[in-house]
Amino acid sequence: MPEIKVTPLGAGQDVGRSCILVSIAGKNVMLDCGMHMGYNDDRRFPDFSYITQNGRLTDFLDCVIISHFHLDHCGALPYFSEMVGYDGPIYMTHPTKAICPILLEDYRKITVDKKGETNFFTSQMIKDCMKKVVAVHLHQTVQVDEELEIKAYYAGHVLGAAMFQIKVGCESVVYTGDYNMTPDRHLGAAWIDKCRPDLLITESTYATTIRDSKRCRERDFLKKVHETVERGGKVLIPVFALGRAQELCILLETFWERMNLKAPIYFSTGLTEKANHYYKLFITWTNQKIRKTFVQRNMFEFKHIKAFDRAFADNPGPMVVFATPGMLHAGQSLQIFRKWAGNEKNMVIMPGYCVQGTVGHKILSGQRKLEMEGRQIVSLSQFAHGIQGKVAPDSQHLCSPPLLLQLEVKMQVEYMSFSAHADAKGIMQLIRQAEPRNVLLVHGEAKKMEFLKQKIEQEFHVNCYMPANGETTTIFTNPSIPVDISLGLLKRETAIGLLPDAKKPKLMHGTLIMKDNSFRLVSPEQALKELGLAEHQLRFTCRVHIQDPRKEHETVLRVYNHLKGVLKDYSVQHLPDGSITVESILIQATAHSEDQGTKVLLVSWTYQDEELGSYLTSLLKKGLPQSSS
Amino acid sequence: CSAHLRWELPQWQHEDLSTKKLRLTKPSKSAALHVDLCKATSPADALQYLLQFARKPVEVESVEGVVRILLEHYYKENDASVRLKIASLLGLLSKTAGFSPDCIMDDAINTLQNEKSHQVLAQLLDTLLVIGTKLTENPSVRMRLVEVACKHLTDSSHGVRNKCLQLIGCLGPVEKGVAKEAESQAAKDVQKIIGDHFNDQDPRVRTAAIKAMLQLHERGLKLQQAIYGQACKLLADDYEQVRSAAVQLIWVLSQLYPESIVPIPSSNEEIRLVDDAFGKICHMVSDGSWVVRVQAAKLLGSMQQVSSHFLEQTLDKKLMSDLRRKRTAHERAKELYSSGEFSSGRKWGDDAPKEEIDTGAVNLIESGACGAFVHGLEDEMYEVRIAAVEALCMLAQSSPSFAEKCLDFLVDMFNDEIEEVRLQSIHTMRKISNNITLREDQLDTVLAVLEDSSRDIREALHELLCCTNVSTKEGIHLALVELLKNLTKYPTDRESIWKCLKFLGSRHPTLVLPLVPELLSTHPFFDTPEPDMDDPAYIAVLVLIFNAAKSCPTMPALFSDHTFRHYAYLRDSLSHLVPPLRLPGRKLVSSPVSPSITPHEDPSQQFLHQSLERVYNLQHLDPQGIQELLEFTIRDLQRLGELQSELAGMADFTATYLQCQLLLIKALQEKLWNVAAPLYLKQNALASAAAKQILEETYKMEFMYSGVESRQVVIIHHMRLQAKALQLIVTARTTRGVEPLFGMCEKFLQEVDSFQRCFISELPQMQGSFVDKLLDLMPRLVTSKPSEVVKILQTTLRQSTFLHLPLPEQLHRASANIIEPTGESDNPLRFTSGLVVALDVDATLEHVQDPQGTVKVQVLYPDGQAQLIHPKPADFRNPGPGRHRLITQVYLSHTAWTEPCQIEVRLLLAYNSNRSKAAAKIAKSTWNESPEALPQPENGIEGTIPFSKPVKVYIMPKPARR
Repeated sequence: MPEIKVTPLGAGQDVGRSCILVSIAGKNVMLDCGMHMGYNDDRRFPDFSYITQNGRLTDFLDCVIISHFHLDHCGALPYFSEMVGYDGPIYMTHPTKAICPILLEDYRKITVDKKGETNFFTSQMIKDCMKKVVAVHLHQTVQVDEELEIKAYYAGHVLGAAMFQIKVGCESVVYTGDYNMTPDRHLGAAWIDKCRPDLLITESTYATTIRDSKRCRERDFLKKVHETVERGGKVLIPVFALGRAQELCILLETFWERMNLKAPIYFSTGLTEKANHYYKLFITWTNQKIRKTFVQRNMFEFKHIKAFDRAFADNPGPMVVFATPGMLHAGQSLQIFRKWAGNEKNMVIMPGYCVQGTVGHKILSGQRKLEMEGRQIVSLSQFAHGIQGKVAPDSQHLCSPPLLLQLEVKMQVEYMSFSAHADAKGIMQLIRQAEPRNVLLVHGEAKKMEFLKQKIEQEFHVNCYMPANGETTTIFTNPSIPVDISLGLLKRETAIGLLPDAKKPKLMHGTLIMKDNSFRLVSPEQALKELGLAEHQLRFTCRVHIQDPRKEHETVLRVYNHLKGVLKDYSVQHLPDGSITVESILIQATAHSEDQGTKVLLVSWTYQDEELGSYLTSLLKKGLPQSSS
Repeated sequence: CSAHLRWELPQWQHEDLSTKKLRLTKPSKSAALHVDLCKATSPADALQYLLQFARKPVEVESVEGVVRILLEHYYKENDASVRLKIASLLGLLSKTAGFSPDCIMDDAINTLQNEKSHQVLAQLLDTLLVIGTKLTENPSVRMRLVEVACKHLTDSSHGVRNKCLQLIGCLGPVEKGVAKEAESQAAKDVQKIIGDHFNDQDPRVRTAAIKAMLQLHERGLKLQQAIYGQACKLLADDYEQVRSAAVQLIWVLSQLYPESIVPIPSSNEEIRLVDDAFGKICHMVSDGSWVVRVQAAKLLGSMQQVSSHFLEQTLDKKLMSDLRRKRTAHERAKELYSSGEFSSGRKWGDDAPKEEIDTGAVNLIESGACGAFVHGLEDEMYEVRIAAVEALCMLAQSSPSFAEKCLDFLVDMFNDEIEEVRLQSIHTMRKISNNITLREDQLDTVLAVLEDSSRDIREALHELLCCTNVSTKEGIHLALVELLKNLTKYPTDRESIWKCLKFLGSRHPTLVLPLVPELLSTHPFFDTPEPDMDDPAYIAVLVLIFNAAKSCPTMPALFSDHTFRHYAYLRDSLSHLVPPLRLPGRKLVSSPVSPSITPHEDPSQQFLHQSLERVYNLQHLDPQGIQELLEFTIRDLQRLGELQSELAGMADFTATYLQCQLLLIKALQEKLWNVAAPLYLKQNALASAAAKQILEETYKMEFMYSGVESRQVVIIHHMRLQAKALQLIVTARTTRGVEPLFGMCEKFLQEVDSFQRCFISELPQMQGSFVDKLLDLMPRLVTSKPSEVVKILQTTLRQSTFLHLPLPEQLHRASANIIEPTGESDNPLRFTSGLVVALDVDATLEHVQDPQGTVKVQVLYPDGQAQLIHPKPADFRNPGPGRHRLITQVYLSHTAWTEPCQIEVRLLLAYNSNRSKAAAKIAKSTWNESPEALPQPENGIEGTIPFSKPVKVYIMPKPARR
């Protein structure tokens, strides 16, 4: 039985290091190639030795697909392609291809330059790796080879995020990557057609959460910023360079425009600036509003938001600053935070999750007095610009004994969560849209998956799997095999019955020719002609003994009358030569050579009339009715 | 005999000629077509001929002939494309007005018999549909066509099946009892036939089947409930057009059988059909295709029979976090509010989930209506969001409890990213506002929108606040504070804010009462400084307080002395905003106007009529007396107009009329008429100026007021005629020689003539007037010399009486107010000379009829150059009856100047006397009488009336840098 095998190398019952191997109809595809935020050792990259111990990966993989540019989905790519060795095609969308190298480079810088790691991929490797990338458009069907084809669907989440359909013949798998089913200020909602894949591999980060409407959060956020600015206070919003930063920028920009506000908004230079540039370019990947209005004005050409300069932090008067990194553990955001923390008019808004031990986490948990190590902050000032997610501050990295500073936080601390993953409802909605035959959960915690799995099985009556890393799940498929039918045969057969109905199977007669890996259904005559075979007629003959002392022709007459009476719908004929035909079945009677009282009925029919022939024989075997005559 | 013959012949010949003339045109069309088609050597040629032929119209009489020719060719033609074109032409021809296609129906049906091409077949069926729709009254024809359609339903082409279904939908029998025997087997149950195609293999046919079913419903056939199940299955179709149509069908059925009971699959329970349908349509709000989502969201609004239990589910979304129940922000806000600690500010973990939930009880995919609107309002496409808001509005209007519940969601929509959606939700809220009371936190969100830079939004919000119920005094205070903030930020919103506060005050007198001392900043012991009376913010506060005081007699006791003074002032200057108050010991101020008086008893109205009476009665006073009386009356009327805004139109109108009269009298009173002309050039400058002004004023009277009736138009035209006579006299006196006078006299007499023709019905009421006398003298005038005419005119003009101007019920003067540019800027608008700069113009127009056609923008440059701009029709918005708003851009350009200078921008009302009511009347009457001699009464005098104050804009075209 044909099967699809799925093995997560990462992201199996876990978040981070997404890497899933799929074997479908003899093709091997790797979905995503990410790094893990939580580890700094070998475990940060997927274990590619699972694929092959020795030899190039190219021989074992038909293609690699990257869903979006977050490092936990593409961070291991240069390592995989350049250091382990892979020369096959890598597929990603255009925005991902544009932004991915920037993030990889940033990641490399932090790991190598700041942490001083060796044996890490180099800038050149990133470049070489990107040369292997083939960019795809939304809804474009790409033929990887003759049988394997892939197609990208819009996924929301971040700019350029896509879901991929992988299809071989009529077996297919959909991999969602990360996706968002509710639109936000700069991206639309994920969408997929009713493609009915054999397997849907979906993320399940928020498997046990149903989120509230985004509007309330947005409104709260805007209200808080607005109030602080009106009071003359300064607002600090620590963000990571890509994704949420742009959403918040758009949110504030439109709000400023709407409310005619004048206070300046700044975002930190560097990565964010570069990223905004790409957002400007890929307008088609954004939401309806931005797409519709960009003819008048590209929304990412911010009117109110300007690049930040270090000196601006001391300017008097209200302002809003977006600064990296997002957890206040280092860099510009921390510097600004230190400057502004003392004034109760100011405010810091944390737009995302903070890892324990960071300043962000401390202030969010209500700590009002912080001890800061002066030197360390300076030395790490450029650290961790753009890594998404959980980066633990590196406390080993010290140049000189720390100088402890007491910092009293008087400014207001607010928390606003803006997440771009689908919640439980969203996941269910996507499953409903795609109508898969099986579902497989990745990119989530095991306990939460368990709940969702149970729900999916209960509501959709499909099988749901949640393999751990390295665990292989096998799914048996029941692929339909396409057969070409000759038009003549089809017309002939449809002419007999009613109209064909798409939902009902239909019986037809024909000859199946399997030749050169293709199937064709043709009429028998054509098959014979094509194969150069002479037509053979297959005839069944059967002798039936009847006890009848009468003359032969009388017996024949009796049989004739009997059959005529029973088979009313058929044409039964008595031929002059003493034989009977029922349709094309011939019946002849002869006297038994030894016993004259026994008549032998010779019934002969062709293969095509098998049904009627065997019925007739069984009828005759029962004997003739005792007639009065 | 021969003589007799000869006598007969010419007549007969004559007759023949005339009929032949008619006949020649008839067959020529078809004959030409026939010839053309015969000439055609190839199918492509024939197609070309047919295409050319289709471009020309065919007269009713020759349709049948043409059809015959076409059919003849149809049978001969081998090429399918030509046959297709012929088939489509047949349809086109049978549409010809006045042609009854029953004569060609048989032929059209016959053509179906042997047709092999599916496309042609579909086209022929389409033609039959056209024929059928023209012959709907004939049931047997319809029956036949339906039978034909049923026969072709088994065709293998989707196009043919499509058309068949369409035909059955449009023509299938709807009446139950009629012609029962006549109904043949095939046509007996059209519903079943159509229903069978709900499962067709082609989605287009499925759609057509559903549409045909809907068509039957529209034509009045009661659909059977049995198809509900089928329709529900179609909701899961793969194709969006099928789903979209199915949603409609389900909606129709839910309206037909709301109370029927349907079972819930996979359980033993049963529910009402309308509830079930509601749940299903709600489910479609999260469909994959946005077209379906829009459709579903729209239809939800009209399902008012749904039970409240289901209705309220649509707003329900159970939140959870990590498998624990979480409250929504709305719920939290509500709790905070009811527990009294509002606005605590969000902390991390404030929304931390509390109770654990039973994993089995969580339903992630609801079968029912759960959260449909939550999804709809969060949708990606604004079309869906607008549809959802509209539906919400309709449902909330019929269910107060639902209105209360949906409030939170509507308030959230005030922050949508698309302005249209924001506007729509504000309007929606206004519509349901009598069902709701805003909580403080909701009010807070609503008021935040007051800072929106879009004027539309702010004004809509003001309108909303006008009819909002607020629950607490803090709420009122909050609203006032925000409105004042709005006022400082956008001073142009003044009127709108005042109006808003007026209603806010009068709706919540008891809530305003405790706020009064604070608002007026009075102190029990100390005198506080008197606020500035001209401060719009202070006026705003007073408007709120005075309107509240109207129904709260204890309030004036809290006023300080200057408040009373300010009241008197505001009551006078802003009478439309400040109501009359019963103040203790202030008789002067409180006018004893009881609200029960009818408009006719209104003293100001009485005053108006009395003063007019006085003028009209005093016919024979000495000239000096008349002039004085007129002057006084005009002054009174103008003042009245300023005081009573509702009478302003009336007063202005009559004042203008009296002014004209006054000018006329003055011009005629000049003693110098008798002296020889050449000596009095200076004097007749006055007379001609008067004539000119009267002409202008009459145009204003005719075109600037809405509500002017033909009774007034006569008087206005009469006045204009008098002015023209005056002009003629003055010209006759000042010009030497008679040559130019000939033309002028003739023209004048023509005008008198057209006046008579226009207003013939009104003439009896104009006894003793100028025109009455003139018409008596007409025969003499026509024959006399110009000098004679002038003399007659002069005496007639002097002797004629003063016509009484009847007043219409309602009269409003068109007015415009340019809000932007404000004309206050000292910074010149700099641009490079020769290039173009766009100036935003924002103006409110009141009582302008057809502003798209008449309102123009004029730009006057310092060099006297004037530019007239026609705004686009889309630049006009209609916020309310009688009100319009013009928001447009005016493009300026000029050569370089040495220093900045001011240009003037103003709005003009363009008129064209041909378009006037009088002209329309002429046109109507003359068509009835003699169509060939259509006289131009006046040569369509076009002109413009400035009707707004000019605004100065400082501009500076810089020379281009090389």
